[in-house]
Amino acid sequence: MSTHVLLPRGALIGMLLAALPVAAQSHHDHASMDHSTMDHSSVDQHPVEHTRHGAAASGQAQQSAAQQPRHPIPVPTDADRAAAFPALDHRSMQHAPSIHSLLRVDRLEQQWNGRHGSGQAWEANGWIGGDIARLWLRSEGERNGGRTESADLEALYGRSISPWWDVLAGVRQDFRPGDPRTWAALGIQGLAPYKFETSATLYAGSGGQLMARAEVEYEILLTNRLILQPRVEATLAARDEPGRGIGRGLNTLEGGLRLRYEVTRRFAPYIGVNHERRFGDAADHAGNARDTHWVAGVRMWF
Amino acid sequence: MSIVSSSGTGLPALPSRRLFVQGLAAGGVVTGLAAAGMSPRAFAAAGRGLATAPQVLDTPRIALAIGESAVDFTGHMRPAITVNGSLPAPILRWREGQTVDIHVRNRLAHHPTSIHWHGLLLPANMDGVPGLSFNGIAPGEAYHYRFTLKQSGTYWYHSHSMFQEQAGLYGALIIDPIEPPPYHADREHVVLLSDWTDLDPGALFRRMKKLAEHDNYYKRTLPDFLRDVRRDGWSSALADRGMWGRMRMTPTDISDVNAHTYTYLMNGTAPAGNWTGLFRPGEKVLLRFINGASMTYFDVRVPGLKMTVVAADGQYIHPVSIDEFRIAPAETFDVLVEPSGQDAYTIFCQDMGRTGFAAGTLAVRHGLQAPLPAQDPRPLLTMGDMAHGHAMAGHGMGMQASSGHEGHAMPMAHGADAGHDHAAGTAVQHPRSEQGNPLVDMQGNATDARLDDPGIGLRDNGRTVLTYGAMRSLFDDPDGRDPGREVELHLTGHMEKFAWSFDGVPFAGAEPLRLAYGERMRIVLVNDTMMQHPIHLHGVWSDVEDAQGGFHLRKHTVDMPPGTRRSYRVRADALGRWAFHCHLLYHMEAGMMREVRIEE
Repeated sequence: MSTHVLLPRGALIGMLLAALPVAAQSHHDHASMDHSTMDHSSVDQHPVEHTRHGAAASGQAQQSAAQQPRHPIPVPTDADRAAAFPALDHRSMQHAPSIHSLLRVDRLEQQWNGRHGSGQAWEANGWIGGDIARLWLRSEGERNGGRTESADLEALYGRSISPWWDVLAGVRQDFRPGDPRTWAALGIQGLAPYKFETSATLYAGSGGQLMARAEVEYEILLTNRLILQPRVEATLAARDEPGRGIGRGLNTLEGGLRLRYEVTRRFAPYIGVNHERRFGDAADHAGNARDTHWVAGVRMWF
Repeated sequence: MSIVSSSGTGLPALPSRRLFVQGLAAGGVVTGLAAAGMSPRAFAAAGRGLATAPQVLDTPRIALAIGESAVDFTGHMRPAITVNGSLPAPILRWREGQTVDIHVRNRLAHHPTSIHWHGLLLPANMDGVPGLSFNGIAPGEAYHYRFTLKQSGTYWYHSHSMFQEQAGLYGALIIDPIEPPPYHADREHVVLLSDWTDLDPGALFRRMKKLAEHDNYYKRTLPDFLRDVRRDGWSSALADRGMWGRMRMTPTDISDVNAHTYTYLMNGTAPAGNWTGLFRPGEKVLLRFINGASMTYFDVRVPGLKMTVVAADGQYIHPVSIDEFRIAPAETFDVLVEPSGQDAYTIFCQDMGRTGFAAGTLAVRHGLQAPLPAQDPRPLLTMGDMAHGHAMAGHGMGMQASSGHEGHAMPMAHGADAGHDHAAGTAVQHPRSEQGNPLVDMQGNATDARLDDPGIGLRDNGRTVLTYGAMRSLFDDPDGRDPGREVELHLTGHMEKFAWSFDGVPFAGAEPLRLAYGERMRIVLVNDTMMQHPIHLHGVWSDVEDAQGGFHLRKHTVDMPPGTRRSYRVRADALGRWAFHCHLLYHMEAGMMREVRIEE
């Protein structure tokens, strides 16, 4: 037990919220909006209509002259009416699919580190759904020396609350470290101004533990295919859990810099460097407070 | 859902960039495939691969068979949807006043189909939109179209089913006038431009939903930023990047799909195939330009020749002499040229984003070619294009939260376009359905029709470029009434989600726009996106108004550049349910469509 940051739980949540890069609160009034299911009749989606006040106000004589079309409007016959509104099978209207999906493997990499040998890491996320509501899957994990050190999988329901932000709620399953553990998850993710890809999630687990994970990524285009991607990730916890190597406060802070080459949009190998700092119990548990390693991997999406 | 079957991943193998852009010289349609019952592979193995020009069908009774054929534009045999085995579909040539009978048979194995006669005035049940005008044509079945031609000019026809238009189902439709035209031409050629992809069109749609910016390989880079710093200074370069960054937008987003996906065709021929239209020196040649592309704006010129535009969307205009015109998907322009002094002229049609081109030749005999001009520099969107930089995203976190627009009122400062009577001096009112709407990533503040603006990438290029302002119908307002009411619709979208809509409400959840039979009304469109949209209203004309709100130009498809507010008059003299949509195919399928219902 060394230098972990002591934070009361409230402060931890406050910090997380402060770290959220969006004024999510300002959108709360919209958070319940459901464009796929809402009753459109109750929403002012009808086009703006207004009679032309200018025309109404102009001289009546002039106006009445313009009230009759130069070519008279034909009087419809019953045949015209039948042709205009034929009986239709409502299934004949074909729509493009409204359900889409994406599976993105952001990191699938080999890691090298002088002292600790080599390891592997992955981070993937995917969604399936419409433009507003999506089912999200996220997974992150690390292996070292042939042993899986951490692995988790999240399943979340995500809903757009603004053009750039989704709120997510669901569960996370940790497979490592320690015994499997299930968390309830609540988070936000999206594209912050200046195009910072951002996510922050709060997890509530057994034993009253609360943890938070926040991640920010940015892309610097050296060319349109050679892209430098800085990435920062932090995890925080509300309580000490020595058995699991979790300490109260900031647990880990990770910074990465990856340079990828997009051979195609879908396939981009990369190299990079990753630096991780562990604090408090987390550092004690891992046996080292700082870890820098080189990485090489691929980024793909399907 | 896919329309043409795709093998494997739906990804074509990567041909060389040049081959991809220029296509194959010998590429084209391999006819008779469906009839022969052969797979494209077997057909290719048989060693046949002749490109066929579309036939001209000019009798009032015709039969069209929609089927699958193999084409090879890039070195890869791919399935296409064709009419009578040709791509483009046959040129239909009729006469004003005729009643035509068209038997359309669906020979596709699995998919319903349809044909829409773009720009034609006809009964709603002949309009060919499944779900609005009829039930579509099921596989193996036929539909009998019968209507009387009430107009003349250059039009086209295409499928209105899913993505079949992208797969090749489009053709020219020419209606000769009863009265002689107000110009003289010694000969004429149809120039039908289109975009071809080896991808299954459904896969392309799915790709755009995953990564809409896939084809934008022209984003500004760190070296570009450093260049701008050297040129303009730190504060200016940072302010510019900051503005775009806060909006999460990219000024190089000119088109969603470009030559990284498309090979551009002229009359079904890739540039390397050199489609050639013949002339004798001194002749007046009428070129009937039709943009049958799914997603591509073309900027067209014939270096060395002045062009005189005599009709737009089939309707005569006062002749305008120009060097270049931009043609939106679904628009048609009739253009007179008088080639002489050279044996060959290139018809050069670069895409709006300057990533590729369609090209062919006007020549005194086959086999000639004139030099290809260099492509223009790629344009960048300006804050002016984004409606004066008043995109809501630019206001930071607030996004659509502010609806009053106090302090956003823009002075009308666009020369001839200033003083648009019903917009002057007023700030834009956005519909409530746009506010807080996750599908609306920006809102413009456009108060201006910009009819005299040549458009993105065409300003100050040293050439005389056609504008909507320069085109004026040859006739007075055929209706003559002032609009009795006005309906304002905003074009909205979300670039990253590839979601498109009117007023933030996609087609699937939208109520029809109801018009009273016989009324003369005005539709005002405000482009709240950073993309350009050609908006097509079926069944009736769209009479574009000038800056004073008067009748100006009769169109069936009204182009809406970003940052514009344009209005047009509609005479609701056609009962029925009509489609009203963006003619960028994938925008329509992504939701930028409404039903317009004209009822008694």
